[in-house]
Amino acid sequence: MSTATLTPDAPTGSAPAKVLHDEGRIGLRGNLRHIGALVRRNLLQIKQDPESMFDALLMPIVFTLLFVYVFGGSVGASLGGDRQTYINYVIPGLMAMMGMNIAMAVGTGVNDDFRKGVMDRFRTMPIARSSVLIAKIVVELGRMMVATVILLGMGFLIGMQLKTSVFGLLAAVGLSAAFGVAIMWIFMLLGLSLKTAQAVQGMGFLVMMPLQFGSSIFAPPTTMPGWLRSFTDYNPLSNLADAARGLMLGGPVAHSVWLTLGWAAAITLVTAPLAVSKFRKKT
Amino acid sequence: MTRIDKNPRTGGNAVEVRGLVKHYGETKALDGVDLDVREGTVLGVLGPNGAGKTTLVRCLSTLIVPDAGHATVAGYDVVKQPRQLRRIIGLTGQYASVDEKLSGWENLYMIGRLLDLPRKTARTRADELLERFSLTEAAKRPAMNYSGGMRRRLDLAASMIGSPAVLYLDEPTTGLDPRTRNEVWDEVQRMVAEGATVLLTTQYMEEAEQLANELTVIDKGRIIANGGVDELKAKVGGRTLQIRPTDPAQLPAMVKALAEAGLDGIAGSQAVPDEGMLYVPILSDDQLTAVIGLFAGRGLSIAHIATALPSLDEVFLAITGEKTSPSVTDTIPEEVPA
Repeated sequence: MSTATLTPDAPTGSAPAKVLHDEGRIGLRGNLRHIGALVRRNLLQIKQDPESMFDALLMPIVFTLLFVYVFGGSVGASLGGDRQTYINYVIPGLMAMMGMNIAMAVGTGVNDDFRKGVMDRFRTMPIARSSVLIAKIVVELGRMMVATVILLGMGFLIGMQLKTSVFGLLAAVGLSAAFGVAIMWIFMLLGLSLKTAQAVQGMGFLVMMPLQFGSSIFAPPTTMPGWLRSFTDYNPLSNLADAARGLMLGGPVAHSVWLTLGWAAAITLVTAPLAVSKFRKKT
Repeated sequence: MTRIDKNPRTGGNAVEVRGLVKHYGETKALDGVDLDVREGTVLGVLGPNGAGKTTLVRCLSTLIVPDAGHATVAGYDVVKQPRQLRRIIGLTGQYASVDEKLSGWENLYMIGRLLDLPRKTARTRADELLERFSLTEAAKRPAMNYSGGMRRRLDLAASMIGSPAVLYLDEPTTGLDPRTRNEVWDEVQRMVAEGATVLLTTQYMEEAEQLANELTVIDKGRIIANGGVDELKAKVGGRTLQIRPTDPAQLPAMVKALAEAGLDGIAGSQAVPDEGMLYVPILSDDQLTAVIGLFAGRGLSIAHIATALPSLDEVFLAITGEKTSPSVTDTIPEEVPA
């Protein structure tokens, strides 16, 4: 092997002439290559530790069974139908919730991962630091899609009906994915900011519980008191659940779809740069 | 601080550090550090735990931003040109390591890809380096199942993928057994022979002597001595003669003989009856011969004799007059039993 030698006449401030105009910036292709290599790393980690997929594999099954068979009968009745009605109501909602739960795993995973030595190696390499974070998001999005497929499979198995079309279904999945990614960036930021994975988890539950239950995910907000309704109406999870429901069951969707996309874009635009900057400055 | 620079090479400095300061709250991890590493040489940075060695390496590898002063590596400023700088450095330390869940091969391949090697080249390079570092058999096993020595070798291989012009080795053998330590030393010497510039931090005088051309001694964030390895050794008083008398009861007689002979510089001899050993600091081979001659002349029989380089403690004692930590000499009882 050979070792590169330095330009002998560059003892002080001046950089070697060859790279004088090279700011060291990394082009799009380079970035994609780096992200690819890091995605592969994350996938190999899952292969090495298959238990880390348990949440994505089991959560959709457990939640579907719990909500459909515990609350399904009574909430279904109040919807003017039965358990069948509730299956159609709750599965699109659970799809919205799934993104949240997988996203929390981003926070704890990142906190754990980023305290390891290999992160220091990445940070001393000529790669954009954002590529490390983006690779993580890509892999978690993949996990979320696995969970969503299982959820939908479970739903169809117990009799969920798709009243629109496959395109409606795909649009609902896409919308959940976009929102899920936005939430992942929030947890990425939390994971990089808080000291321990436990703290991330604690904080995560604190934020997630009111957002998930104070929404239209599990039950229609019509019987909720006024103050709670004003919360649920503006809760982005309600917007997402309503949008997914509309896209799968029919009905007006424009309002909730745009609101969801707006939320997703706003959250991502704010938290992603903050997370990258946090990672860059981490010592 | 004095710089001793008797053998200036023609090449420039690969690393230049001037007045580097890094504080963590009240702690001055680096308190105005100056140093140079000439191209193609190894600079050993010797110091105890907490001296600032790792902070220095972290500054020079763009992991942290210094509070004051400046540093360049191959002409690139560590603060202003971090992207360019990252293209030419390699880092191996207790912290910058590999992904434990990935196999040795996968780690090296990933790093190759991150360094923009084409797939095929990255594959060949991974194979090559695994072979060179005797890890071919373990190539497919996750790194978490590697022994300490294998891990360190994999770390070294990982930092060699990009053929870096400047290599930082942060305590590369701390925590390794002597055999593994020798393996790592062999590899470092090979890299240097191939022209790499190395900044090595260590707690061991022996390691510095094995690997470094020049030495910088650092304590509490400050450089306290600087120079060639031999110059520094001369400064700290050279070696210690370790003598085991055939009859431990003759230890006091030996101490007495040395005191009476009045050999220059060896007044500080110490007997440790618990070990049955006599420790005599010597400055030259002549003194070694003189000590043996003295004991032979008085009929004091020697069972075993060895010389040892000064420990880090002794180096510090010689330079600063302060001890870094309790050393063997502290345990010597005041009364020597007859």
